[in-house]
Amino acid sequence: MALLEVSNLGIAFGGLQAVSQLDMTIEKGHLYGLIGPNGAGKTTVFNMLTGVYRPTEGNIILDGKDITGKNPEAISKAGIARTFQNIRLFNEMSVLDNVKVGMHNQVPYGLWTGILRLPAYREKEHEMNRKAHALLKIFDLDEQADLKASQLPYGKQRKLEIARALATNPKLLLLDEPAAGMNPNETEELMQTVRSVRDQFGIAILLIEHDMNFVMGICEEIMVLDYGRMIARGDGKAIRNNPKVIAAYLGGD
Amino acid sequence: MQFLSYLISGISLGSVYALIALGYTMVYGIAKMLNFAHGDIIMIGSYVIFFAFGSFGWNPVVSVLFAMAVCTVLGVTIERVAYRPLREAPSLAVLITAIGVSYLLQQVAQLLWKSDPKSFTSIVTAAGLKPLALFEGQLVISAETIVTIIACVIIMAALTLFVNKTVPGHAMLAVSEDRGAAQLMGVNVNATIALTFAIGSALAAIAGALLCSSYPSLSPTTGAMPGIKAFVAAVFGGIGSIPGAFLGGILLGVIENLSKAYISTQLSDAIVFLVLVVVLIVKPTGLLGKKVNVKV
Repeated sequence: MALLEVSNLGIAFGGLQAVSQLDMTIEKGHLYGLIGPNGAGKTTVFNMLTGVYRPTEGNIILDGKDITGKNPEAISKAGIARTFQNIRLFNEMSVLDNVKVGMHNQVPYGLWTGILRLPAYREKEHEMNRKAHALLKIFDLDEQADLKASQLPYGKQRKLEIARALATNPKLLLLDEPAAGMNPNETEELMQTVRSVRDQFGIAILLIEHDMNFVMGICEEIMVLDYGRMIARGDGKAIRNNPKVIAAYLGGD
Repeated sequence: MQFLSYLISGISLGSVYALIALGYTMVYGIAKMLNFAHGDIIMIGSYVIFFAFGSFGWNPVVSVLFAMAVCTVLGVTIERVAYRPLREAPSLAVLITAIGVSYLLQQVAQLLWKSDPKSFTSIVTAAGLKPLALFEGQLVISAETIVTIIACVIIMAALTLFVNKTVPGHAMLAVSEDRGAAQLMGVNVNATIALTFAIGSALAAIAGALLCSSYPSLSPTTGAMPGIKAFVAAVFGGIGSIPGAFLGGILLGVIENLSKAYISTQLSDAIVFLVLVVVLIVKPTGLLGKKVNVKV
């Protein structure tokens, strides 16, 4: 059975049908790309998958469980995590604490333990710190653990967002334009990171990206969205030669 | 010596403002709303202590703990019933609701306990604490003053530790910075906001106990003026900031007391608000306010 099965998904904002009749299957351990012209509805799809928007039609099944219309907390617990097009880190908190917020749904101690600082508190905090540091090390951020998130350079902030999302222990990771605003070197490095995340964590990754070298370089399967509908899906080569895709990007009919 | 005495009682009054301001500032920071009913929770807490301790003769410490529990339940209930349904509503609707809740509490108190002021017996003196005489009796500091200042410092330290070092505290920080992102990271936003109201209301009960011990007259509108002043203190220090509430509260108390002593008793409130206006002109986000991030 597929990890994520989306069938006939659609959403309308008033009279505007932003996404319609979307079918999507995502398998464990694979890398998928979601591309399309500006305004095609890519981020809207992410927002429906993570519960930010409630779909007006269709179903989202994650690992056999129907998560359609659940709130973002519940979906985070069910195993979907994401990053954002505009970085949305907790800027005033430390790099380490950002990751620890991601671990919130696996909080190993209760409220009173925290307030009264019972012995369990020290032990569990220690364990969380260790896990968070290990995660930061993967992204080469462990030396900046005590800095405020806003003090990191741009490329590292993008990485921290991925680390924070991974801290929620997801089955499916959604990356919304991870390479936006990066220079070619940073993009190259990010490709390595995304690949190694998939390999190390064995999770599925779905990413939105405008940088075609990035998408073609790492995604095993690419889905193309235009005017809220999926117009093509397949590997990089098939997509590049698909006349519908070319028309969507270059205009014409 | 006289100046010192005014200064110390100003710090004590300011400590009460700081405790109340914490409730305003935390709720503002996390739920992005102004809870104008906060001052009236102080009043309810004070009545609970008045009856528990004054009428039933309970132990003063037990009375305060009981009032904290009552206020916590009250604060969480108000949030659940009046504010949570308006979570996505425009902020003006929430503000008006908060003012409505404030009047509701005052009117209910008036119905239950009548509007004539009750004389509050100081729980601090009742707990057997004695005034402190310094410099061969030239400077006498009341036990209420000492307890108020110490309580405020301890609570500030504990709250700062809680917010910065524990998981529920981190959740509060995360929700205050970006509610949407926090929710997507699995933070239970409703529980976090409820927790904030619980802490703020429990502190309001302590503030009520200390306030009424120093100024022993209790009526259904007792909470209104300190509530407004504490709100000013929160804005003064930078609303949303916990150290800001502390600093704003203390400064406000000191300014108020010194103006009463050296300028004019009648004008002291006007002077307090004038200082607020000046601070906001010079630094619109308050003394320790966070810079406003413009979202693009």
